[in-house]
Amino acid sequence: MFNKYDVIETVNMIEREHLDIRTITMGISLLPCIAGSADETAKRVYDRVCSQAENLVKVAESLSKEYGIPIVNKRVSVTPASIVCAPFAAQSAKVGKALDKAASALGIDFLGGYSALVHKGMADYEKTFIETIPEVLATTEKLCSSINIGSSKSGINMDAVRLMGEIVKKTAELTKDRDGFGCARLVVFCNAVEDNPFMAGAFHGVGESGTVVNVGVSGPGVVQHAIESIPDADLTELAEMIKRTAFKITRAGQLVAREAAKRLGAEFGIVDLSLAPTPARGDSVAQILEEMGLESVGTHGTTACLAMLNDAVKKGGVMASSRVGGLSGAFIPVSEDIGMIEAAERGGLNIDKLEAMTAVCSVGLDMIAVPGDTPASTISAIIADEAAIGMINNKTTAVRIIPAPGKDVGDCVNFGGLLGRAPIMPVHKESSNKFISRGGLIPAPIHSNKN
Amino acid sequence: MRAVVTVVGKDKTGIIAKVSTFLAEKGVNILDISQTILQDYFTMIMLVDLSGAKEELSVLATESAEMGEKIGMSIHIQHEEIFNAMHRI
Repeated sequence: MFNKYDVIETVNMIEREHLDIRTITMGISLLPCIAGSADETAKRVYDRVCSQAENLVKVAESLSKEYGIPIVNKRVSVTPASIVCAPFAAQSAKVGKALDKAASALGIDFLGGYSALVHKGMADYEKTFIETIPEVLATTEKLCSSINIGSSKSGINMDAVRLMGEIVKKTAELTKDRDGFGCARLVVFCNAVEDNPFMAGAFHGVGESGTVVNVGVSGPGVVQHAIESIPDADLTELAEMIKRTAFKITRAGQLVAREAAKRLGAEFGIVDLSLAPTPARGDSVAQILEEMGLESVGTHGTTACLAMLNDAVKKGGVMASSRVGGLSGAFIPVSEDIGMIEAAERGGLNIDKLEAMTAVCSVGLDMIAVPGDTPASTISAIIADEAAIGMINNKTTAVRIIPAPGKDVGDCVNFGGLLGRAPIMPVHKESSNKFISRGGLIPAPIHSNKN
Repeated sequence: MRAVVTVVGKDKTGIIAKVSTFLAEKGVNILDISQTILQDYFTMIMLVDLSGAKEELSVLATESAEMGEKIGMSIHIQHEEIFNAMHRI
């Protein structure tokens, strides 16, 4: 028989502290679908995604009931579409729309992988592919796009960075009736990982197996509650407590991932333990930092608290799962975290502080709304800054930024659901245009030369 | 297959009777029961065997939650593996 306190702890984590399996993401290789024409490829892509993920939603719902743990999202990630679309890049949109149609037919929440990897160079067909992104995001609902523009090993492709500033702006313009919603499904990465189950940045890397199940677990509320239970502990004890909590959460993810893979006839990929907030109160990374002793997230000490949190989460996660991957750490998407939203509205949190925070946690400047008249070159420069942090620190960084058309500081954009709402944050007015227009490659750092 | 049933709520007469009658009707065999008052709440934990159960665990989970609502208690039935995974190394 189980220890009754353990049983009640698990039940409380789920009932009161928002412990959930954030996503079961099935990675599907599209390489077998490549055909000579866009129409034929789109047809094969649709058929393959629908057949491989046919039971995804059913299995996830059944697992959720059996284990009594919510599984919030069911998602699919696919091989970067720029590879599949290379022979007919100008017509890539056909494949994008087929993917979106497949996502709707399956009843999943998102499908990621309208992506390109251009961290060292950008072929003509890749540039053509990237140029289709704004229109594709404006005419789809569930499709997500990501572009890798830099890596620690290859440097930062500044031509791609310049292009992505323009693509982000154009995507916002084409979805201006929804406050630039298209940009919420577009991520620019440095050091993108190939097995990330979280959106909008998930894609199925070419080094992966044919069909894989990756699971993302979350639980900021559980960590916050654990910290609350030891209000006078010093930071050593606090780190230990976070680690132990992360361990338990990840074990739940590992269990679900293994079982889901078995039932879906796919390979078990990885468990990604990331503290991914939702706009619900008590499900916030910002509130964890505040529980650690900060009056408001964004004040002095935030970076240190976040560094400790991120590291403790990783340590607990690594011990708990045989295969940890993805991003594994703490996410700080502004619009998706009630504590972040409130701090930004108070003026307690700005882009500069967020940038510092991204140096010590998973991912980067995420779900940040900026004035609609922000120049493309400024957005490119924000991307370049983040990519530099990722490149030098050997970590993944990303930018998911929404230049909300017609909005300015003081306004707010509201995307609803898990994407939440974001107050418009000010950006620096001084131009970065000359720097961005130079183009070229920022060379890889000396410490990447390890061979 | 074994599962853990948790029943949490305000203490009152007849909770165990109602829950065990419900489980018996569904062909669920109770292996162990522990009951206590935790943080002012009646808390009952049962280990049950589902090998003779008339329904799938996912269906039982929905039905027991509904039954719980009727008697004003929170009732969960979960595969035992989730507790093994989280609390045993």
